[in-house]
Parts: sequence; structure tokens; C-alpha cells
Amino acid sequence: MINDIWILATASLVAAACALVGVFLILRRQALMGDAISHSVLLGIVLAYLITDSRALPIMLGGAVIIGLLTAWLSDTLNRVGKLQSDASIGIVFTLFFAIGVILISLYAGQIDLDQECVLYGEIAFIPFDTLHIGGGGNLNDGFEIGPRAFWAIAVVFIIVLISIIVAFNRLQTVAFHPKLALSLGINIVFWHYFLMTLVSMTTVASFDAVGAILVVALLVIPASSAYLIAKSLKTMLWFAVGYSQASVAIGYTLAYQLDSSISASIAVSAGVLLFLTIAILQVQKWRQRHKKEILNSHHKYNRL
Amino acid sequence: MAGFELFPPPSLWDNLRLFWQFEDMNVLWVLMGSVLLGMSASVIGGFAFLRKRALIGDALAHAALPGVMMAFLLFQTRDPLIIFIGALCSSFIGFFLIDWLPKNTKIKADAALAITLSFFFAIGLMLLSFIQGMEVNNKSGLDKILFGQAAAMTEGDIKLLGYVTVFVLVTVVLFFQKFRLIAFNQAYARTLGIAVNRYELLLALLIVMSVVVGLQLVGVVLMAAVLLTPMAAARYWSNQLAHILIIAALLGALSALISTQISYLAPAMPTGPWMVVSLSVLFILSLLFAPQKGLIKQHLNYKRLRQKVAEENVLRTLYKLHEGHPFSHHHFTQADIQSFRNMPSSCLQNTLKQLCKKGLTECTTQGFTLTPEGIKKATQLTRRHRLWENYLNEQAALSPDQVHQQAERIEHILTDAQEAQLQQELSNSQQDPHGNQIPSSVPSSIQSPVHSKEGGGRN
Amino acid sequence: MKQTNPKKSTPPLSVSNLSMRYHHKPVLTDVSFEIPEGKTIAIVGPNGAGKSTLLKGIMGLEPIMDGEARFFGEPLTHKRLAIAYVPQREEIDWDFPINVFDVVLMGRHGQLKLWQRPSKIDKEIAQHALEDLGMWDYKDRQISELSGGQQQRVFLARALAQKARLYLMDEPFAGVDVSTEKTIIELFKTLKTQGKTIVCVHHDLNTVGEYFDWIIFINARLIAAGPVEQVLTKENLNKTYGGRLSLLNDLTETMYRTQLNKAHDGD
Repeated sequence: MINDIWILATASLVAAACALVGVFLILRRQALMGDAISHSVLLGIVLAYLITDSRALPIMLGGAVIIGLLTAWLSDTLNRVGKLQSDASIGIVFTLFFAIGVILISLYAGQIDLDQECVLYGEIAFIPFDTLHIGGGGNLNDGFEIGPRAFWAIAVVFIIVLISIIVAFNRLQTVAFHPKLALSLGINIVFWHYFLMTLVSMTTVASFDAVGAILVVALLVIPASSAYLIAKSLKTMLWFAVGYSQASVAIGYTLAYQLDSSISASIAVSAGVLLFLTIAILQVQKWRQRHKKEILNSHHKYNRL
Repeated sequence: MAGFELFPPPSLWDNLRLFWQFEDMNVLWVLMGSVLLGMSASVIGGFAFLRKRALIGDALAHAALPGVMMAFLLFQTRDPLIIFIGALCSSFIGFFLIDWLPKNTKIKADAALAITLSFFFAIGLMLLSFIQGMEVNNKSGLDKILFGQAAAMTEGDIKLLGYVTVFVLVTVVLFFQKFRLIAFNQAYARTLGIAVNRYELLLALLIVMSVVVGLQLVGVVLMAAVLLTPMAAARYWSNQLAHILIIAALLGALSALISTQISYLAPAMPTGPWMVVSLSVLFILSLLFAPQKGLIKQHLNYKRLRQKVAEENVLRTLYKLHEGHPFSHHHFTQADIQSFRNMPSSCLQNTLKQLCKKGLTECTTQGFTLTPEGIKKATQLTRRHRLWENYLNEQAALSPDQVHQQAERIEHILTDAQEAQLQQELSNSQQDPHGNQIPSSVPSSIQSPVHSKEGGGRN
Repeated sequence: MKQTNPKKSTPPLSVSNLSMRYHHKPVLTDVSFEIPEGKTIAIVGPNGAGKSTLLKGIMGLEPIMDGEARFFGEPLTHKRLAIAYVPQREEIDWDFPINVFDVVLMGRHGQLKLWQRPSKIDKEIAQHALEDLGMWDYKDRQISELSGGQQQRVFLARALAQKARLYLMDEPFAGVDVSTEKTIIELFKTLKTQGKTIVCVHHDLNTVGEYFDWIIFINARLIAAGPVEQVLTKENLNKTYGGRLSLLNDLTETMYRTQLNKAHDGD
């Protein structure tokens, strides 16, 4: 039972953090960069581990952020200096990084406890068993158990993301809405671009343990897209995105329990289903409005006769 | 394909030898299959690239996963054809979605790709985990589709791969002109009466087929690179689409060769990543070393241009110096030259050395002077400079200072034809705005200035 | 800010030897001019002449190759609070979830630090700006629901809210309805009485003499700049719209293409 709670709590935080960051990716049309970074951070994690021989959270976060920023920077440079179109630049960089990551895992399979497949889609059901201990020195069984590692990782990241968005809300809004205006007002849009990429990197790596690379993309993009369709302000878009993400977690978890399938995949599928439901409802509304207009028009014609 | 996996490597060289001897037919088949895949994927990926949909291969590959799982669930078989058709169907649905979303909702193109990619993949994973919980045969190896594993391919798989890739290549060759036109300017193609929608559909079908058929070899996650990277690399080698596509195909084939080789030597490793790594290496090499467009070549061109500019500037300065001493065979020192033109000493030294080597100047212990060859060249340069100054003065209403600055640059690239055109268009082709004589095109010797206005300028 | 003696010697905008290019095409070469304070100035020229690019260049939105622009005698970074920029309408993402009032409020951000929220005064300023442009009733509307003229008014309101001394506008009259056009002209008049300076990229030769005090003719180079009475002549119109100087532009393009300009300055 307690394991279920940890799983749900971790999943909720992952979904919420991804939704918040995802809103800005959607608004700035950088969804593919989010896709790219969530693949590249694999290499960051592997390198961080191989170099420092430690799985400590700050190290992992650091490795992820470095590689994430490198991905964004290399893509941009390839675009400018190599004169390659931007989506191609992103594609070449992240597939290379990801490929190297997979090869390294395969070569050093004994030393890294990352499985290729796990990396892709994680397995959130296992996280309760990988717990954090404090005060026990190096020995795994001493000290005080305070809950799964993955939970604390995403909790920290979630708080960072939340605070960043709250504090810098106006800046982020101006930069997302009208970069040229921001530039003319003297705002450093390059800084904010890489700031966002840093948040994406951290969120991705913290979610890795739980949901794996591909599903991080789903959680980044899908709830935020649903919110995009119905929100009337940036603030409400952020709220809706988090709301959709939590609904996805609830539905997904239940679904996985019923069907005995992967929890993280179910959450992502639920997010998608909610999106298409939203689209369907909006389409019906549109159709109804058009129908009403047609009726009104034909009434008009009738009255004129 | 048991034979493939049972070769424990006695030594690296032995293995390489064995590989190339093609003693194992399986190896040969896999090699051929992957080469064909590399070629067809890169060619069809080229068209996606041109349509600014470079990452569509990524989305379509991920979208194929549920189809694979469904086909297995429904028919309980791993028959290549059935799996292929299943994957094709779901990938096609994904393609349709990617198109539909931006057209009918607020959602933009990039988000549509990411949504389709992740949603379909998630469905596929749900089905996979469901299948893995089931008690059925044949279910192992389905997860190999994530990263690709050449060793896991059956003979049927490879045959299908061969048929599909050949079909794709042949179709592209047949319809090349139409595809190219549509990729370049769709609206125009429509006005010509071409059935654009049908060709778009055909193109979509080819892309989807290429992606799906390559999944077993390269894997879902990295298929995007096989479509995208060869084209990106080939662009640096040529400007003509047909040539670019051929080069892309060759690069694809080459990387397939390399990765299959590596996969043979180390069967435990997935094939896909190695193909991507070899493609990326080829890309970087193209980016740097391609003739004309490669970065290194561009840098060398730039260096050469700088040298030419320096040489021509020095020649003109010598001309000017000679003008000041009309009837003597004077030698000028470096300091003399530097008084007229601000150039770092080391640069000036090198330039003078080059000019001497080319026989345009004479380098003696007393100093430097122009040879007859040098005089000819310097006169031509000066003539162009001063004609151009006149032109700017008359036509562009610039002040003499601005005029001089502009002319300093343009003089290096004026052609003979342009020079003649200038002469025609000008009303005054005798003197430049500073009052200096414009030398005629056939100099016998350096003429003396007739009217040198006060502050004749540093030209 | 108390205004004692208006410095007649520091023009609101002075551009010297400005050169800009797009890839290899010389978009602007050696453009220099100075504008007087308290006037309405139009930048005029044929399509593709570099008018919008000129504005973007001096605002630092696009890279400048050569030359500089000074605002009240100082570089842009020192005078940002005194300058308001109104871009072309096509550049906006109209699907962004934001309402009219918040867009106008954005104009106040130049004054705010990172963590500061707009104050009551900021909101009042935004309100007045909207009222001045007749858009107060629309304050809660999504921008996607507005017509072209209404959108233009919102962006003008935002610029107004910045309380600047110099206004740079890119084609404010393009594609707007008659009543919006009238509103904009009234706004110009009001701003002039307050001593503000307005520079617009303007596309309509028929109205330029009527709406503006000064004209700057641009066609990849400066053709002429001065008061309307002096500068709006047949000769200048001919020079600007007449399609000459092609040899000049061709060669300048070749120069950029071969990177000659960099190679030259290297020594």
C-alpha cells in the first residue's frame, strides 16, 4: 500500500513538472527541442556515472544539464554556421548523443545498472525499492530510510521549476509571446532560452527513473497541448496543464492496474486520450456554432422574402 | 539465423576476413538488406528534408510500434508481411494525424510531431507490456524493435526488406521530376495541372514504408537519423538535387556496411546506434571537408582572398608612389609604402615577398619598385578604383570620403565588362573626385598627375 | 522627469554610416541621417528597400554590419526606456493565450525588475493608454478575436504605455480600417503636442505628405531626408522608385558573397 502511495506521488510530481515546463515549449514552438533533450540526457547520465562513479543526484542532474545545454547549443550552431535547417540540426545532434549513450551502456553493461529498455520507458513500479538513505554512510542498509530516490529527485526539481516560473513569470511571458519586443526592451532572450533548456534538462533526467525518455516527451507535450487549446491566459494555461497531467496520472494508474500493463505508458496514453477528447469537444462546439449560423442565415433569407 | 550468433571471435582480424569472405550467406543477406535500406531511406528521407519535415521519420517510426504489437496480438504470428502491414497501418494513421492537427486546431506542426510520436509509442509500449504478460509463443524479440538487432532478422524479414527498398528506389527514380517539382514549389505544380495530392500520398506511402521496413535493423528510436543525416551530409557536396540524392544513397550504403560489420563482430550490441554513429561521422567529415561548401574549404578561400586583396592594395600604393616621382626609376622602402597605407609590417613584408615571387615587383637592397608586369596590373587597378569613385560620386551622391572607402573594396572585384560599362555610363572619365588622373587602359608609363587638388587623398 | 532646457543639439535619433545585409544581399549601405525632435517622420521607399530592416537594425533586433545609431546622443542600451517600438502585425503569434489588457501591460516591463509585478500605477497607465485608443471595452478579449485594426490599436496602446520620448513604428497604417486610421492620426497629433517624436515606416505615398512633417527616402541607400516641403520632389521620387543603381547593388552583393569586406579590413 505504501508503495502505491510513493508511486502515485512520484508520478504526480513528474507529470506536474513536465506539464509546467512543457507549456513554455509549446508556446515557443520548441517541442522538438524537448524531444531532443529528453533523449540526449541519457548520454549525460551515462557519462556522469562513468566519470565520477557515483549515482548521486546532483551529479546526475549536473551531467544532464551539461549535455542538455550542449544539445541546444550544438543544434543552434549547426543551424547558424553549418547553414542547416533547424529541425535537421536538432535531429542530427540528439540522435548522435543518444546512439553514443546506448553504445556506452552496452559496452559497460556490467557497471551501469541502466538497461537499454528501461531507459526508454522506465518502470515506475520498481522505484519504491530504490530508496534513499541518509546518515548511514556507505552502507545501504544503515541509516534512516526516507523514501525512494526517484521521488526526491523529482520533488527537488519540481520545486525549482515552480519557483522559477513564479519569480520570473513576467519575463518568461514576454519572451514567449514576443521575443522581438523583449529584445527591444533590453531583455536578454538568449539567457532565457538557455534557462528554459536547463529546466527541461533537469526535469527530463529527474523523470527518467520513473518514466523513461519517450514518455517524458509525452508528459512534456500532451497535457500542455490540451491546456493550449482551452486557456485564455498564460496563468490558466499553466493551471490547466497541471490539471490535465494529474488527471492523466489518475486515469493511467487505474488503467494499468486493470490491464496489468506498464504504469508509465498508461499515463502517457491517458494524457493522449484526454487531448483527443478535448479536441473532439471543441470540434463539436465549432460544428454546432456553424450550424447555428447557417440556421440564422436561412432565417434571414426567409424573413427577407 | 543461428549461424550469425555462433561465431565467437577468435581474433578481430580473423573475423574481418571471415566477414568479407561471405562464407556465411546469412551475413551476405543481412549486409545486402542493410545497404539497400541505407540507400532507400536516405533517398526518400531527402524529400522529407526538402519539405521541411526532417524529423518526420522520428514520429513515423515511433508511430509504427502499436501496429506491430496489434498485428502480433491479432494474428499470433511473427510473419514478416503481417507485421509489416500492421506497422504500416498505424504509421500511416500517425502520418495523417501529424497533418490533421495543425490544420484543424491551434496546435502547431512541431507539437503535432511530438504528440504523435509519444502517444503512439506509449500505446505500443502498453501493448508490449500486455503481451509480455501473456502466455504466448513467439513473443520474444519483439522488443528488439526498439534499438534494432541485425542478428535477430529471419530470412523472411530480409526478403521483405529487399523487396520494399527496391520498390522505393525504383519509384523515386521513376517519379523524380514530379517529386522534385512538388517539393520545390507545390502551388506552382498545381497550376501546371499536376495531381499534387496523389503524388503527396505516394510520397507519404514511400516514407512510411521505408521507415517501417527499417525498424528491425535500426530500431524505432534512431530511424530518424537514417532518413535525415545522409541528406544533410550530402547537401554539402552538390547543388543539384539528383547528385545530392545519389551521394546521400552512397553515404547511407556506406554506413550500413560499417554498422553491419561492427554488428557481426559484436553480436551483443544493437545495430542501430552504430549506424547512427557512422552516419554522424560521415556528416561531420562532409561538413568540414566538402569541396566548396565545406567549412575548411571556405576558410581557405577566405585566406586566399585576403592575400589577393593585400597584394592588390600594395600594388596600387606603389603606383601612387610612382606617380609622385614621375620621371625617375625610384625605389621605395617599406616605410614609404606604410606612409600611404596603414598595414602591419609583417603583413607588408609577406605581401611584398609574394609580389616579388610573382614578378610584379622588384626587390633590391635599395627598396621596392614595380616591374613592367607590375605596372600593367597596378595601372588597371588604379583605373578601376578611380572610375568607380567617379561613378559613386555622380550616381550615388556620396561625399568624396565615403566614395573612397567604398572604392577601396569594389576595385578588387570589378570585371573587364563592368569596367567598360562604367566608362560608358560616366560623363567624366578623366579625373576622379579627388582630382587625380584616371589612367587610360593602355599605359606606356606612369603618367604624372595633372591637377592635384589640395588633400589629394590617401588613394 | 523634469524637462528644463530641451537640448536642441541632441537629436532623438541620429544614424551614421549604417550598413546591414541579409545573407549576401546588401539591404542597407552607408545610411546616415538625423531627425529633429517633436516631429512626425516617415521612412518611405519601394518594397524590399530596407525600410523595416532599418528600424530593426537601429533597435538592435537585427545585426548591423557597420555604422551606428544614437538616441538622444547615446547608444540604445542607455536609452531604452525612452524608446517605444511597434512591430509589424504579422510577426505576432495570435494564438497565444493572452488578453488585450495584459498585452498593453507588457509595455511597462521595461521599467520593472525581474521579480517585480506591475503596480497599481502601471495598471492605470495601461488603462489610460487603452482608453486613448478606444480599446478599453475590449480589455478582456483574447487577441485572437480582434480585427486587424483593433490589433493595431492594441499594439499602439502598448507603445503608449511605455511613456517613451521616441516612437518607432513599422507600417502602423497597413491594413487598418478608416476609423483606426483616424484614431492613429489623432494620437500622432496628441503626442506631438507633448513634444514626442514619431518615426514610421510608411507605405502609402498618397498620404505621406498629409500625415508627416519629414520624409526619409530609402532605397538600399539614403536618397534624401528632410521636411516634406523640401524633399517631396519629383526628382527624389524618381531616384527612390526609379530602379537605378543596379550595378552598385550587384557589386556590393558580390563583395559580400566573397566576404571581400572582411578580407579587406583584415589588414
